[in-house]
Amino acid sequence: MKWIFVALLLLIAVPAHAVDPREMLPDPVLEKRARALSAELRCVVCQNQSIDDSEADLAKDLRLLIRSRLTAGDTDQEVLDYVTARYGDFVLLRPPVTGATAVLWIGPILFAALGAVGIVLYYRRRRTDVST
Amino acid sequence: MTMRRLIYLLPILVLAVLGAYFAVGLGRDPQQLPSALIGKPAPQFALPSIEGQPLAFSTADLKGEVSLVNVWASWCPPCVAEAPMLLKIARAGVPIFGINYKDKPEDAKGFLARYGNPFKAIGADRDGKVAIDWGVYGYPETFVVDRKGIVRDRHISVITERDWQTKLLPLIQRLRGE
Repeated sequence: MKWIFVALLLLIAVPAHAVDPREMLPDPVLEKRARALSAELRCVVCQNQSIDDSEADLAKDLRLLIRSRLTAGDTDQEVLDYVTARYGDFVLLRPPVTGATAVLWIGPILFAALGAVGIVLYYRRRRTDVST
Repeated sequence: MTMRRLIYLLPILVLAVLGAYFAVGLGRDPQQLPSALIGKPAPQFALPSIEGQPLAFSTADLKGEVSLVNVWASWCPPCVAEAPMLLKIARAGVPIFGINYKDKPEDAKGFLARYGNPFKAIGADRDGKVAIDWGVYGYPETFVVDRKGIVRDRHISVITERDWQTKLLPLIQRLRGE
Protein backbone atom coordinates (compact mmCIF):
# COMPACT_ATOMS: atom_id res chain seq x y z
CA MET A 1 0.00 0.00 0.00
CA LYS A 2 2.84 2.32 0.92
CA TRP A 3 4.51 1.94 -2.47
CA ILE A 4 1.50 3.40 -4.25
CA PHE A 5 1.87 6.48 -2.09
CA VAL A 6 5.58 6.73 -2.83
CA ALA A 7 4.99 6.25 -6.55
CA LEU A 8 2.40 9.03 -6.58
CA LEU A 9 4.77 11.36 -4.74
CA LEU A 10 7.54 10.63 -7.22
CA LEU A 11 5.22 11.33 -10.12
CA ILE A 12 4.33 14.79 -8.88
CA ALA A 13 7.89 15.68 -7.89
CA VAL A 14 9.31 18.29 -10.25
CA PRO A 15 12.94 19.37 -10.57
CA ALA A 16 13.62 22.45 -8.51
CA HIS A 17 14.28 25.59 -10.46
CA ALA A 18 13.53 29.24 -9.96
CA VAL A 19 12.31 30.01 -13.47
CA ASP A 20 8.88 31.60 -13.34
CA PRO A 21 6.55 30.46 -16.16
CA ARG A 22 6.09 34.14 -16.95
CA GLU A 23 9.81 34.46 -17.71
CA MET A 24 9.75 31.69 -20.27
CA LEU A 25 10.14 32.52 -23.95
CA PRO A 26 7.38 31.53 -26.38
CA ASP A 27 9.94 29.90 -28.72
CA PRO A 28 10.79 26.49 -27.18
CA VAL A 29 14.16 26.25 -28.94
CA LEU A 30 15.27 29.61 -27.54
CA GLU A 31 13.86 28.75 -24.13
CA LYS A 32 15.83 25.50 -24.08
CA ARG A 33 19.01 27.39 -24.92
CA ALA A 34 18.18 29.92 -22.22
CA ARG A 35 17.80 27.20 -19.60
CA ALA A 36 21.05 25.53 -20.68
CA LEU A 37 22.94 28.82 -20.49
CA SER A 38 21.38 29.69 -17.14
CA ALA A 39 22.59 26.39 -15.75
CA GLU A 40 26.15 27.37 -16.74
CA LEU A 41 26.16 30.74 -15.03
CA ARG A 42 26.86 31.16 -11.37
CA CYS A 43 24.56 33.29 -9.27
CA VAL A 44 27.05 35.77 -7.86
CA VAL A 45 24.83 36.54 -4.89
CA CYS A 46 24.28 32.96 -3.69
CA GLN A 47 27.53 31.70 -5.07
CA ASN A 48 26.94 27.98 -5.09
CA GLN A 49 23.83 28.07 -7.24
CA SER A 50 23.38 28.64 -10.92
CA ILE A 51 21.11 31.47 -11.98
CA ASP A 52 18.67 28.80 -13.11
CA ASP A 53 18.31 27.60 -9.50
CA SER A 54 18.75 30.80 -7.55
CA GLU A 55 15.82 32.79 -6.18
CA ALA A 56 17.94 35.92 -5.92
CA ASP A 57 16.72 39.10 -7.56
CA LEU A 58 19.88 39.45 -9.62
CA ALA A 59 19.54 35.86 -10.85
CA LYS A 60 16.10 36.68 -12.18
CA ASP A 61 17.39 39.81 -13.90
CA LEU A 62 20.15 37.80 -15.54
CA ARG A 63 17.72 35.08 -16.64
CA LEU A 64 15.60 37.75 -18.32
CA LEU A 65 18.72 39.33 -19.80
CA ILE A 66 19.82 36.03 -21.33
CA ARG A 67 16.40 35.59 -22.89
CA SER A 68 16.40 39.06 -24.38
CA ARG A 69 19.91 38.56 -25.81
CA LEU A 70 18.86 35.22 -27.35
CA THR A 71 15.72 36.81 -28.81
CA ALA A 72 17.94 39.52 -30.30
CA GLY A 73 19.88 36.80 -32.10
CA ASP A 74 23.03 36.26 -30.02
CA THR A 75 24.77 32.90 -30.19
CA ASP A 76 25.30 30.93 -26.96
CA GLN A 77 28.93 32.05 -26.81
CA GLU A 78 27.96 35.68 -27.37
CA VAL A 79 25.53 35.51 -24.45
CA LEU A 80 28.19 34.02 -22.16
CA ASP A 81 30.70 36.64 -23.32
CA TYR A 82 28.17 39.39 -22.59
CA VAL A 83 27.81 38.24 -18.98
CA THR A 84 31.52 37.55 -18.37
CA ALA A 85 32.42 40.99 -19.78
CA ARG A 86 30.45 42.44 -16.88
CA TYR A 87 30.95 39.94 -14.07
CA GLY A 88 34.25 38.26 -14.91
CA ASP A 89 35.17 34.62 -15.50
CA PHE A 90 34.07 33.73 -11.97
CA VAL A 91 30.48 33.74 -13.19
CA LEU A 92 31.12 30.70 -15.41
CA LEU A 93 30.42 27.45 -13.60
CA ARG A 94 32.76 25.76 -16.07
CA PRO A 95 35.83 27.99 -15.87
CA PRO A 96 37.75 28.52 -19.10
CA VAL A 97 41.09 26.77 -19.40
CA THR A 98 43.62 29.57 -18.98
CA GLY A 99 47.05 29.69 -17.40
CA ALA A 100 45.48 30.62 -14.10
CA THR A 101 42.93 27.82 -14.08
CA ALA A 102 45.30 25.21 -15.51
CA VAL A 103 46.05 23.97 -11.98
CA LEU A 104 42.33 23.53 -11.34
CA TRP A 105 41.87 21.40 -14.43
CA ILE A 106 45.13 19.44 -14.48
CA GLY A 107 45.46 19.05 -10.71
CA PRO A 108 43.11 16.09 -10.23
CA ILE A 109 44.62 14.23 -13.19
CA LEU A 110 48.08 14.89 -11.83
CA PHE A 111 47.17 13.56 -8.41
CA ALA A 112 45.60 10.45 -9.90
CA ALA A 113 48.78 9.87 -11.90
CA LEU A 114 50.98 10.35 -8.84
CA GLY A 115 48.78 7.97 -6.91
CA ALA A 116 49.04 5.38 -9.67
CA VAL A 117 52.83 5.70 -9.70
CA GLY A 118 52.86 5.30 -5.93
CA ILE A 119 50.78 2.13 -6.11
CA VAL A 120 52.97 0.61 -8.82
CA LEU A 121 56.12 1.33 -6.84
CA TYR A 122 54.60 -0.12 -3.68
CA TYR A 123 53.72 -3.40 -5.34
CA ARG A 124 57.08 -3.56 -7.09
CA ARG A 125 58.83 -3.24 -3.74
CA ARG A 126 56.61 -5.83 -2.10
CA ARG A 127 57.42 -8.32 -4.78
CA THR A 128 61.19 -7.86 -4.37
CA ASP A 129 60.86 -8.13 -0.56
CA VAL A 130 58.79 -11.28 -0.75
CA SER A 131 61.28 -12.96 -3.05
CA THR A 132 64.15 -12.67 -0.55
CA MET B 1 70.26 10.96 -3.44
CA THR B 2 68.73 7.73 -4.60
CA MET B 3 65.58 7.53 -6.68
CA ARG B 4 63.74 6.09 -3.71
CA ARG B 5 64.58 9.02 -1.46
CA LEU B 6 63.39 11.47 -4.06
CA ILE B 7 60.07 9.71 -4.33
CA TYR B 8 59.55 9.96 -0.60
CA LEU B 9 60.00 13.71 -0.90
CA LEU B 10 57.30 13.99 -3.54
CA PRO B 11 54.26 13.93 -1.20
CA ILE B 12 55.87 16.60 0.94
CA LEU B 13 56.46 18.78 -2.09
CA VAL B 14 52.90 18.28 -3.25
CA LEU B 15 51.67 19.17 0.21
CA ALA B 16 53.79 22.30 0.25
CA VAL B 17 52.48 23.46 -3.12
CA LEU B 18 48.90 22.73 -2.13
CA GLY B 19 49.46 24.47 1.19
CA ALA B 20 50.67 27.57 -0.61
CA TYR B 21 47.61 27.64 -2.85
CA PHE B 22 45.28 27.18 0.10
CA ALA B 23 47.06 29.79 2.17
CA VAL B 24 46.56 32.37 -0.56
CA GLY B 25 43.14 31.23 -1.73
CA LEU B 26 41.42 30.70 1.60
CA GLY B 27 42.61 34.09 2.78
CA ARG B 28 40.63 35.74 0.00
CA ASP B 29 37.07 36.82 0.57
CA PRO B 30 34.81 35.24 -2.09
CA GLN B 31 32.35 38.06 -1.52
CA GLN B 32 34.86 40.58 -2.85
CA LEU B 33 34.99 39.63 -6.50
CA PRO B 34 37.46 41.52 -8.67
CA SER B 35 35.53 43.69 -11.07
CA ALA B 36 35.66 42.71 -14.71
CA LEU B 37 35.65 46.42 -15.56
CA ILE B 38 38.97 47.34 -13.99
CA GLY B 39 41.19 49.03 -16.55
CA LYS B 40 38.29 49.41 -18.96
CA PRO B 41 36.21 52.49 -19.77
CA ALA B 42 33.05 52.94 -17.72
CA PRO B 43 29.95 51.50 -19.42
CA GLN B 44 27.93 53.67 -21.78
CA PHE B 45 24.79 54.81 -20.01
CA ALA B 46 22.45 57.80 -19.68
CA LEU B 47 20.18 57.79 -16.67
CA PRO B 48 17.23 60.05 -15.83
CA SER B 49 16.94 61.80 -12.51
CA ILE B 50 14.97 60.32 -9.64
CA GLU B 51 11.97 62.45 -10.66
CA GLY B 52 12.32 61.40 -14.28
CA GLN B 53 14.19 64.27 -15.91
CA PRO B 54 16.37 62.84 -18.69
CA LEU B 55 20.19 62.76 -18.64
CA ALA B 56 20.74 63.42 -14.95
CA PHE B 57 23.86 61.25 -14.98
CA SER B 58 25.63 59.75 -17.95
CA THR B 59 29.02 58.42 -19.00
CA ALA B 60 30.30 61.83 -20.13
CA ASP B 61 30.00 63.15 -16.55
CA LEU B 62 32.77 60.79 -15.49
CA LYS B 63 35.45 62.48 -17.56
CA GLY B 64 37.55 65.33 -16.27
CA GLU B 65 38.19 64.42 -12.66
CA VAL B 66 38.69 61.41 -10.44
CA SER B 67 35.31 60.44 -9.03
CA LEU B 68 33.39 57.75 -7.20
CA VAL B 69 30.26 56.04 -8.46
CA ASN B 70 28.13 54.67 -5.65
CA VAL B 71 25.28 52.22 -6.27
CA TRP B 72 22.64 52.55 -3.56
CA ALA B 73 18.97 52.07 -2.75
CA SER B 74 16.61 53.27 -0.04
CA TRP B 75 15.72 49.65 0.80
CA CYS B 76 19.35 48.71 1.40
CA PRO B 77 20.25 48.90 5.15
CA PRO B 78 24.05 48.97 4.64
CA CYS B 79 23.51 52.08 2.48
CA VAL B 80 22.11 53.78 5.58
CA ALA B 81 25.23 52.77 7.48
CA GLU B 82 27.44 54.11 4.70
CA ALA B 83 25.70 57.49 4.36
CA PRO B 84 27.79 59.41 6.94
CA MET B 85 31.00 58.13 5.34
CA LEU B 86 29.89 59.28 1.89
CA LEU B 87 29.02 62.72 3.24
CA LYS B 88 32.47 62.90 4.76
CA ILE B 89 34.12 61.90 1.47
CA ALA B 90 32.05 64.44 -0.47
CA ARG B 91 32.99 67.19 1.97
CA ALA B 92 36.64 66.23 1.52
CA GLY B 93 36.25 67.29 -2.11
CA VAL B 94 35.82 63.96 -3.90
CA PRO B 95 32.85 64.03 -6.29
CA ILE B 96 30.48 61.12 -5.77
CA PHE B 97 27.93 60.14 -8.39
CA GLY B 98 25.00 58.00 -7.39
CA ILE B 99 23.20 55.23 -9.22
CA ASN B 100 19.88 54.75 -7.47
CA TYR B 101 19.04 51.09 -7.96
CA LYS B 102 15.46 49.81 -8.35
CA ASP B 103 13.92 52.45 -6.14
CA LYS B 104 10.66 54.40 -6.11
CA PRO B 105 11.14 58.16 -6.42
CA GLU B 106 9.43 58.91 -3.07
CA ASP B 107 11.55 56.35 -1.25
CA ALA B 108 14.79 57.60 -2.79
CA LYS B 109 13.96 61.22 -1.97
CA GLY B 110 12.96 60.22 1.54
CA PHE B 111 16.29 58.48 2.01
CA LEU B 112 18.24 61.55 0.87
CA ALA B 113 16.18 63.86 3.05
CA ARG B 114 16.76 61.65 6.06
CA TYR B 115 20.39 60.64 5.67
CA GLY B 116 21.80 63.47 3.60
CA ASN B 117 22.73 63.81 -0.05
CA PRO B 118 26.46 63.44 -0.80
CA PHE B 119 25.95 63.09 -4.55
CA LYS B 120 27.06 65.46 -7.27
CA ALA B 121 24.45 63.88 -9.54
CA ILE B 122 22.15 60.89 -9.26
CA GLY B 123 20.86 58.62 -11.99
CA ALA B 124 17.78 56.50 -11.35
CA ASP B 125 18.32 52.92 -12.56
CA ARG B 126 14.72 51.77 -12.20
CA ASP B 127 15.05 48.35 -13.78
CA GLY B 128 18.63 47.65 -12.78
CA LYS B 129 19.95 47.28 -16.32
CA VAL B 130 22.70 49.88 -15.94
CA ALA B 131 23.83 48.24 -12.71
CA ILE B 132 24.24 44.96 -14.61
CA ASP B 133 26.43 46.79 -17.14
CA TRP B 134 28.62 47.83 -14.22
CA GLY B 135 28.72 44.22 -12.95
CA VAL B 136 26.99 45.15 -9.69
CA TYR B 137 25.88 42.31 -7.43
CA GLY B 138 25.96 43.63 -3.87
CA TYR B 139 24.75 46.89 -2.43
CA PRO B 140 26.24 49.28 -1.79
CA GLU B 141 29.04 49.14 -4.34
CA THR B 142 31.45 51.95 -5.08
CA PHE B 143 33.59 52.34 -8.18
CA VAL B 144 36.63 54.56 -8.52
CA VAL B 145 36.77 56.18 -11.97
CA ASP B 146 39.77 58.16 -13.16
CA ARG B 147 39.92 61.40 -15.15
CA LYS B 148 39.66 59.62 -18.47
CA GLY B 149 36.56 57.74 -17.41
CA ILE B 150 38.36 54.43 -16.86
CA VAL B 151 37.23 52.23 -13.99
CA ARG B 152 40.17 51.68 -11.67
CA ASP B 153 38.72 49.93 -8.63
CA ARG B 154 35.55 48.53 -7.15
CA HIS B 155 34.64 48.33 -3.47
CA ILE B 156 31.82 46.09 -2.34
CA SER B 157 29.76 46.78 0.76
CA VAL B 158 30.04 49.65 3.22
CA ILE B 159 33.09 51.90 2.97
CA THR B 160 34.53 51.99 6.46
CA GLU B 161 36.93 54.59 7.78
CA ARG B 162 39.68 52.03 7.40
CA ASP B 163 38.74 51.29 3.76
CA TRP B 164 38.85 55.00 3.08
CA GLN B 165 42.18 55.66 4.74
CA THR B 166 44.05 52.58 3.60
CA LYS B 167 42.56 51.82 0.21
CA LEU B 168 40.42 54.46 -1.44
CA LEU B 169 42.01 57.74 -0.44
CA PRO B 170 45.55 56.67 -1.46
CA LEU B 171 44.19 55.40 -4.77
CA ILE B 172 42.34 58.66 -5.45
CA GLN B 173 45.42 60.70 -4.63
CA ARG B 174 47.53 58.54 -6.93
CA LEU B 175 45.01 58.86 -9.76
CA ARG B 176 44.87 62.62 -9.32
CA GLY B 177 48.60 62.72 -9.82
CA GLU B 178 48.40 60.91 -13.16
